[in-house]
Amino acid sequence: MSNSRRDFIKITSLSAAALAVSGKFLYSAHASEKTQQTFTANAAADMVRTSTYCEVCFWKCAGWVYKNEDGSIKKIIGNDDDTNCNGRLCPRGTGGVGMYYDEDRLKTPLLRVTGADGKQTYKEVSWDEALDFIAKKLQEIKEKHGPECTALFTHGSGGHYWGNLLKAFGSTNIAAPSYAQCRGPREVAFMATFGESLDSPEPTDIRDTRCLVLIGSHIGENMHNGQVQEMSDAIDKGAAIITVDPRYSTAASKSKFWLPIKPSTDIALLLAWIREIINNNWYDREYVEKYTYGFEELKAYVQPFTAEWAYGITTIKPDQIKESAREMANAAPAVIIHPGRHVTWYGDDTQRLRAVAILNALLGSWGRRGGFYKPEKIEVPEYPHPPFPPVTRTWRMAMGGKYALADLALANGVCDATIPSPDLNCNIKGWIVNGTNLIMTLPDKKKTIEAINNLELLVVVDTMPMEITGYADVVLPECTYLERWDDLRVVHGRVPNIALRMPAAEPKYNSKPAYWMAKELAKKMGLQDYFAWENFEDMLDWQLKEIGSSLEEMKRIGVKNFPRTADDLYFANGEEIEFSTNTGKIELKSTAFQDEGFDPFPVYTPHMEPPAGFYYLNYGRAPMHTFSRTANNPNLTDLMDENKVWVNPKVAKEWGLKNDQLVYLENQDGVVSDFAVKVRVTERVRFDSVYIVHGFGHSDKKLSRAFGKGASDSQLITRVLVDPIMGGTGMRGNFVTFRFEKESEVKS
Amino acid sequence: MRYAMAIDTKKCVGCSDCVVACQTENNVPIGYCRDWIVEVTDGTYPQLEIEIRSERCNHCDNSPCVRCCPTGASHYEPGGIVTVTHNECIGCGACINSCPYDARYSHPEGYVDKCTFCIHRVNKGQQPACVAVCPTKCMYFGDLDDPNSEVSRILKKRKYKTLIPEAGTKPHVYYLI
Repeated sequence: MSNSRRDFIKITSLSAAALAVSGKFLYSAHASEKTQQTFTANAAADMVRTSTYCEVCFWKCAGWVYKNEDGSIKKIIGNDDDTNCNGRLCPRGTGGVGMYYDEDRLKTPLLRVTGADGKQTYKEVSWDEALDFIAKKLQEIKEKHGPECTALFTHGSGGHYWGNLLKAFGSTNIAAPSYAQCRGPREVAFMATFGESLDSPEPTDIRDTRCLVLIGSHIGENMHNGQVQEMSDAIDKGAAIITVDPRYSTAASKSKFWLPIKPSTDIALLLAWIREIINNNWYDREYVEKYTYGFEELKAYVQPFTAEWAYGITTIKPDQIKESAREMANAAPAVIIHPGRHVTWYGDDTQRLRAVAILNALLGSWGRRGGFYKPEKIEVPEYPHPPFPPVTRTWRMAMGGKYALADLALANGVCDATIPSPDLNCNIKGWIVNGTNLIMTLPDKKKTIEAINNLELLVVVDTMPMEITGYADVVLPECTYLERWDDLRVVHGRVPNIALRMPAAEPKYNSKPAYWMAKELAKKMGLQDYFAWENFEDMLDWQLKEIGSSLEEMKRIGVKNFPRTADDLYFANGEEIEFSTNTGKIELKSTAFQDEGFDPFPVYTPHMEPPAGFYYLNYGRAPMHTFSRTANNPNLTDLMDENKVWVNPKVAKEWGLKNDQLVYLENQDGVVSDFAVKVRVTERVRFDSVYIVHGFGHSDKKLSRAFGKGASDSQLITRVLVDPIMGGTGMRGNFVTFRFEKESEVKS
Repeated sequence: MRYAMAIDTKKCVGCSDCVVACQTENNVPIGYCRDWIVEVTDGTYPQLEIEIRSERCNHCDNSPCVRCCPTGASHYEPGGIVTVTHNECIGCGACINSCPYDARYSHPEGYVDKCTFCIHRVNKGQQPACVAVCPTKCMYFGDLDDPNSEVSRILKKRKYKTLIPEAGTKPHVYYLI
């Protein structure tokens, strides 16, 4: 779009002086007697603690914030009673203090203004001005287009308040990129098979499993805390791990079987496993007969998919396929074919996850010890408010009847519904973006920016000046999780529990909690009845008393575990169970898919292969970072401040690449990475692929530690393979090659 | 009493939680560390092995750093823990050069700093911060002279090694292999 009304604005430097680091060094402060001096580093810090749950990732581990004598935040330690972390936070949770101390934080509300010279800049404004502007703009959109023409993109705790505001306003376009860009396909696949989705944390009984199968899931590099802990417990107990990954992941190095699969061929392996297990009678006959639907048809369907057939596709040797299938069968039902989390890869992801679900069903692991347990959570009542107004139009109307099986809004769907076209009747005109950096989260940055250019209002709520903030009309600085109250964390798990987040310190700068922003905005829009509580603490106390606790108690204990209402963690022997599917059974053959015109059994489809000189672009996580959110955190950048492109030595030799040499990556569409990235020559990556950790290569200069460090995989993901079943955006169909120079350096 | 640590390389995932927990616990300035992660890859694709180790001061019985310290700032505490008394340290760096494990660093405030096995916590009956935080529970700490301590029991059960034993330093961090 050349006639863009919206120029990207770099958040101007608002604080001339960088804030002094307030972690004081006690050794210099205490010049006392020898041993005393050396050993009292932490004495003061053990005295005061306040409860929180972590917001550095979605796992939301509960912990205690400890402070120095001067009241500054010192450290965060896991809460022993919390089943998500068992007293042990991960590096990001431990390094969460860096989020609070980051001097690059957003500090005060900003409003886009156009000067006499036509140049757009941000002006610092008061909260009143910022919220007045938003209220007025939303009212205009409502009058001109209808309230349904607004949308919320959200990640994290603030989503509930903004979501309620939007629903009160008259829109249900509430999307989280964690669905269509991440775990959506597995939710739909498990729903189709078992009548239940997995949600978070996944109810995988890893601690008691005898065999854990990871397909492209790199537990240990993804630091999903409870699962990392349980995987370690399982290793202790001698469980076998089977890892399917083109890269020798950390989990692969702990595995009995590592299957170094050719990228994009996983469904072929899964079909061969299903056939091995059926044809060798290794499936759980009693379970299959009692609980499943479509077994005979499945058996007939998989007959062509021999291990030898799969070998030609996956490059996994037939004996490895057979032996690993036997390993699973020997462990059954204490076996988990893990559904993974970020599963939007090739556009046939729902079918791949269906194959995963089917395999679990055949081995009888669903509802069994060491397989999948039945989670339970406690219902915390919503504070009373009037009913939300009815909504007649949603983003779905822009989809032409597609993706009916998607049970949550698609972030990319909302994005598509924002780009005007003659056949759409719902053009979205206003976005509120809470805690998600859409520029790096959604694939196809060009399209995201095109949608943004068609907006009449873009509000961004964040703690940091991420790329998305530069496109906002209004930027609202949120205080970090260490400085605010929030809704109770409600976990569905083996034990239902709740956790309290309370402020450990006053909000720094002029930042505010999201619940405050939403309530104040609601007041200006005449929607105050939807936020009827006087202050947030009272609201929490009311909720807690409704479920038999109180704010006073929660301040003291931080986490409260409730007894399960029934002894039903696993299926009882021979129990009669009605599954929430069309047939009331576990559907090996999916009637829901068939009804929508999709294949009732998973089908292997060959995907594109890289052209000569190009490599599969594989990407993943590092344990010390969460997506692109943490790349500027001073404590976490200290552990890892850039990503590197992993290159197999054979490939390095061909290209003459050396360790730490800087190269640009160019994808199949001619997109070149903004920044050069260092090479890591390693045997751990396949010769046909490269690998980079997601979340680096930030282009916003205000991120003083993250700017220009490494390459952004998101930028290179321009070919998006959309899943026809639920609209997920497959991102693994991209290939890159190396470039040693670039004509023009990045301008931002 | 002889304090020691055992670290299970079969469970460690190299997440660096031990590093950041040590930094926040001990006020280690950003850019410095008392413990760190080493990853060693062996073999060629697809016949590979990785060993991941969380490394730190080995609290040696025969510590070159204590021997070479001109002021006596580097010394043994009860239980064999090697520490540096900061206000006696002149920052000469002899200990940094003498340590075969590269376990010491020069603190920006002019003294040499290193792992203390979190002696301030241990004296209160707590585990060192790295041990307490580790999500994989791959670290064990305790008294080697107590046959029932966790560290004694795990060393009886498992194969282990120490780092650079040929240096003759008699290190007390053991790696389970």
